[in-house]
Amino acid sequence: MSRSMVLYLHMHQPMRIRHFTIFDVGVNADYFQSTSDDDTNNQRVLDKIIEKSYSPTLDVLGELLQTHPEFQFSLSISGTLIEQLENCDSEIIPKLRSLVETRRVEIVGETYHHSLTFFYDQQEFETQVNMHAQKIQHLFGVTPTAFRNTELAYNNQLASWAESRGYKVILAEGWDPILGWRSPNFVYRPPDTHNIRLLLKNYKLSDDIAFRFGDKKWSGWPLTVDKFNSWANAGDGTNINLFMDFETFGEHQWEDTGIFDFLKALPGEWLKTASNNFMTISKMASSQEPVDVVDMPNTVTWADTERDLSAWLGNPMQRQAIQSLYELGGSITNTQDLELIEDWRKLQTSDHFYYMCTKWFNDGDIHAYFSPYQTPYEAFINFMNSYHSLRARLIEKGVQL
Amino acid sequence: MLGWELPPYHVGGMGIACEQLCRNLASTGVDIEFVIPFDADFSHLDYMNVNPATTINFYTMAANNFDIYSSKHYHTSTQTLPANDIEVAYEKYVEKLVNLGSFDIIHAHDWLTFRAGLSAKQKSGKPLIVHVHATEFDRAGRAYGNQLVREIEYMGFQLADRIIAVSQATKQIIIDEYGISASKIDVAHNAYHFNPYEQLNGLNVYKYLDLLKKHGYQVVLSAGRLTIQKGLTHLMRAAKDVIAHQPKTIFLFVGSGDQYNELIRLSAELGISNNVIMVGHLNGTGQPWRDSFRIADVFVLPSVSEPFGLTPLEALSHSTPVIISKQSGVSEVLNHCLKVDFWDEQELANKLIAVLRDLPLKSMLSENGQRELNHITWKRSIDTIVEAYQRHLQGASP
Repeated sequence: MSRSMVLYLHMHQPMRIRHFTIFDVGVNADYFQSTSDDDTNNQRVLDKIIEKSYSPTLDVLGELLQTHPEFQFSLSISGTLIEQLENCDSEIIPKLRSLVETRRVEIVGETYHHSLTFFYDQQEFETQVNMHAQKIQHLFGVTPTAFRNTELAYNNQLASWAESRGYKVILAEGWDPILGWRSPNFVYRPPDTHNIRLLLKNYKLSDDIAFRFGDKKWSGWPLTVDKFNSWANAGDGTNINLFMDFETFGEHQWEDTGIFDFLKALPGEWLKTASNNFMTISKMASSQEPVDVVDMPNTVTWADTERDLSAWLGNPMQRQAIQSLYELGGSITNTQDLELIEDWRKLQTSDHFYYMCTKWFNDGDIHAYFSPYQTPYEAFINFMNSYHSLRARLIEKGVQL
Repeated sequence: MLGWELPPYHVGGMGIACEQLCRNLASTGVDIEFVIPFDADFSHLDYMNVNPATTINFYTMAANNFDIYSSKHYHTSTQTLPANDIEVAYEKYVEKLVNLGSFDIIHAHDWLTFRAGLSAKQKSGKPLIVHVHATEFDRAGRAYGNQLVREIEYMGFQLADRIIAVSQATKQIIIDEYGISASKIDVAHNAYHFNPYEQLNGLNVYKYLDLLKKHGYQVVLSAGRLTIQKGLTHLMRAAKDVIAHQPKTIFLFVGSGDQYNELIRLSAELGISNNVIMVGHLNGTGQPWRDSFRIADVFVLPSVSEPFGLTPLEALSHSTPVIISKQSGVSEVLNHCLKVDFWDEQELANKLIAVLRDLPLKSMLSENGQRELNHITWKRSIDTIVEAYQRHLQGASP
């Protein structure tokens, strides 16, 4: 029996909100135009990530496609990142295009604005998914047949929706409490569906690369390609699903950890076993019949030990922020003011709510998560002032709130 | 232990810090003789002996020498020393005590006790540790201040065997402003444990504010001496912007000091007198003081220079969320709060408006701040101090 490595890399950068004060409300609407020298400056962050991660990683992936005809993989890229890349002089989009042209790189569908809209506004969710699909079609000439929701936030309902929209496969976390004795290394089916397949992240092997690779205190360190392949080959199943942030390469794991050498050597080593191969997500889903139904009535994400939405919606500030924003939805879209609608959508990006998370903000643990703001409270204040700015713009248009 | 005040007889936070510090030191087995410049009943402090250096009553002393805290001499005269008479009497008393008793360490708190500490060191040959709760540079609002006071401080820093500063910021001031080597200075942050001297009764003494709050008003509190160091004119100017956005806001100023009239005048000039209440001086252990924290929706410490700043911790102990200046020492140990540069009046207004506007922000700052308060303890600072004692005891013994 052959076994496939299903590598899927997710590219995303939010439009971070600048230091936006109450004195900007009703005066300015340039929420995302920070010129400061901190990490709210989106251009500055993007330049750094292009240099450290996107550019060198795409080069390595391009070389791998040339060296190994069997190599293939999948990636997704949020609309908010595509826009930022289009607005700067980088070579990233042309590089992506040349990868997709090999027909061995699949682009996975998602919401344009990297939002959690599915849980708040179904119609808006569909709009954002369609916006993304159109953008991908326009840039790369392909239409996604695989779907991933923001933060891999998944439940049965989402699977039913995806099937009804013709997607062939959907992605979720391979979370032990759900799977029980079952392995994530097979193709599954969501309940009450017929055609759609479910691929589950092998979080142990994925996180060995994404989170633990450079951790010298980890018992697996240093992670050589030999070691990793022996672990991957030792498992059961038909497919090893390695899902991770694209920024793993060069940004989360810096170059000096050896992460690029690891990536360069991985396919050659995996292919040394004759029955091993690579598959894109959609090819994998169509190559095997599902072995079982996996029931996920409650939402599961790929974050934290809880694997729920608590990193985005767990505290009262986060809930007030997101509820306030979606309550404006009808009034905003009714204006047909494209700039106003687009600003509202950019404020839906999940990262804004993540920055308000207080779970890790405890003694001596302040820097345990990444945020451009000094505290979750500052993130909340900037967001709420931006929200009030949207309201001010609506009121100026004569909208009754 | 040479100090200047202890609760309930105190003007600033230094008395509270000394009392809590001594209690925690005593619990590790340190035997403390505390010298204080006035006479009062301290029988409630059963863990140490309190020795009055004079027969003066605290209120007489405080009334006649209030400017020892305000450094109002910094722009008028550099020729006179505040509280000079008492300081001299204090020094004489300490000299007598040195001749009488046996002790191992001299631990002196702030410049008023430095001369007594230096002479005790000279007479006894015992190591002198000076503990810095505030420098003249702080009291003058980040300026030179009174030259004579600075000279006494400088002498104390130079001749002490070890210096203990209440924050990294204070340590840096001692290095930059007084030219003292960093290697001579330890940092021991203050902590705060709520210590009710009298039980609070359920009713709040602020009847009028209670009534206003029932009508949707919110209260912003600042509590401390009304002096340049505390940055209150910045808060007053921010208040104007806050009231423009949140008209149902009352600014409650607790404290007295040389800026009292200036602040009243400023509030009138800004046209916000209706929203400003000046309470005047309140005893830092009485119910009215604590009711101020209880009735407040948010507490602000806008200090220009604040070596530590205990009041934000006291506010959190009453579950009142806090905004503090980045220039305060307490900002080195407190994370669950909002921080602003003292000069950034717009940003202070921005943050105040957010807290008054968005209930989740207020409640999370309060809940998480209280939780964090439980982790800010004296333990580490006591370890630092005891270690300094031991090091110098060993050095002194043959």
